Amino acid sequence: MTMTVPKTSARPAKQGGDWLRDAIPKLVLSPSLFIILVFVYGFIFFTFYLSFTDSRILPSHDLVGWLNYERLFKIRGWDIAVVNLLIFGSLYIVICCVLGLLLAILLDQKIRAEGFIRTVYLYPMALSFIVTGIAWKWFLDPGIGLQAVVRSWGWESFTFTWIKDSDMAIYTIVIAAVWQTSGFVMAMFLAGLRGIDNEVMKAAQIDGASTVALYRRIIIPQLRPAFMSAFVVLAHMAIKSYDLIIALTGGGPGTATEMPATFMYSYTFTRNQMGIGAASATIMLMSIAAIMVPYIYSELREKK
Amino acid sequence: MAGSSASQQVIRTGGGARFAIYTILLIFCLYYLLPLYVMVVNSLKPLSEITSGGMMSLPKDWTTAPWASAWSTAQVGVEATGLKPYFINSILMVVPAVALSTILGALNGYVLTKWRFRGDTIIFGLLLFGCFIPFQMVLIPMARMLGLMGLAGTVPGLVFVHLVYGIGFSTLYFKNYYQQFPTELVRAAMIDGAGFFTIFRRIMLPASGPIAVVCIIWQFTNIWNDFLFGASFSDFDSQPMTVALNNLVQSSTGVKEYNVHFAGAILAALPTLLVYIVAGRYFVRGLMAGSVKG
Repeated sequence: MTMTVPKTSARPAKQGGDWLRDAIPKLVLSPSLFIILVFVYGFIFFTFYLSFTDSRILPSHDLVGWLNYERLFKIRGWDIAVVNLLIFGSLYIVICCVLGLLLAILLDQKIRAEGFIRTVYLYPMALSFIVTGIAWKWFLDPGIGLQAVVRSWGWESFTFTWIKDSDMAIYTIVIAAVWQTSGFVMAMFLAGLRGIDNEVMKAAQIDGASTVALYRRIIIPQLRPAFMSAFVVLAHMAIKSYDLIIALTGGGPGTATEMPATFMYSYTFTRNQMGIGAASATIMLMSIAAIMVPYIYSELREKK
Repeated sequence: MAGSSASQQVIRTGGGARFAIYTILLIFCLYYLLPLYVMVVNSLKPLSEITSGGMMSLPKDWTTAPWASAWSTAQVGVEATGLKPYFINSILMVVPAVALSTILGALNGYVLTKWRFRGDTIIFGLLLFGCFIPFQMVLIPMARMLGLMGLAGTVPGLVFVHLVYGIGFSTLYFKNYYQQFPTELVRAAMIDGAGFFTIFRRIMLPASGPIAVVCIIWQFTNIWNDFLFGASFSDFDSQPMTVALNNLVQSSTGVKEYNVHFAGAILAALPTLLVYIVAGRYFVRGLMAGSVKG
């Protein structure tokens, strides 16, 4: 009863003191562990620490308590960034999920050329957000893009100036981001659909369930894990979005499309308010951790 | 995802419904292809055709001049070098970063599945969370660390950064894959006296082809497409492609050469797009493994 049984390890019971043999795996893992501890967790701690100092252009070690956080929440730009993130994030997640689910259900109907269609829906995921941003920036530009094209076709009064409009510009970011990621969400739902037991559905059909009822009552509820994964991935992408905003609107017009990631960057590196930048980064980390930690924890527990 | 055989047909469909399904699917194909179409046709026409409202038309005067300009003569930042030097920077950055993070990921996955020890789940959890942190949280200390290491503003500095933040995902891939690998084989080899590295080389590696492809494609796509680290840690002469492309497009001096911008955007997209077309199956597997695990 006192022997420790290795979990699923291949390692045989200890034969004498083979020290080296025991140490090699840990030695192999140690550089990665060291890197992660220093460059992920050490750096997180350092930035967290800076958020309580009066660092400006360079890190300083004079502690100022919660002052940076108090000031951060009084800055109008931060308000704008947070509201933008909420608008963008909720629309982005909802539209991607609805579109992804719709396309996945349609693609699951024994479609000819399914492989080709899937490839087309998913290719934007292979592109950089900078490329996506540039393509949509010029396509939505009133001077040369959609508006100019429709006008040249004869509809002279057609107007589409969202990207130049402070109130509407945030929605152009939703358009481009949905274009980039919705195919990926489709693939996640399609994988979920293919994993559902056929027998249950056949039984329901024999019982005379209508197609809509079948999907609403039986199939979609079974896609819960896919919804969870999609939510986690999309929420975390939304919080981190930076490249797309830089390429598409540059945070503009004015500051109309600033988000926490662009706010952090400009306060830290161009406005030399490192303490406030660190505080905003800390809040970004906390929001991502609130989503990721329960998810990772449950995934790791299931695996055991 | 691998097979293309649809397993079920749930909607009992008459001809009309099927026609509607195909129509919707086709419309979305056009939606996803639209920006690519815009980029390609406009990179092949003179600027005047774009500014006169012809963005959606095919070129009247076909020309490859925008491509030549984007590649070798366009003004990027202060110099008229085109995107070529930055394309080379990206390659010099991507190749070592991908190779090193994949090798480390394979070794880590091997240890974490076949040489388990107390606390390994915690280590894996730490690695995993590192994949998802907002990198804003490490920008400030990393800038200082690169300075201390003498790597600030260099391509090797970028390689290092991408290696550090790429290990989490590559470990995740190999760990999940090696978990399915029969432990009995490893144990038998151990009893025959094979050591840690012999088993890795002779037994694990030969079976690792598919996951290595998945991992390499994922890392390649991510690192090639990165913008944040490139913008934060590079100098004028070490900028990766994405940063240079953004500078090309956002530069406020002179006439906006949209056709050159589109050509440049395609140049930046080409490597990852080619990989996707050639090995899309593996790309999708990587995406899924990064989200829906197992």
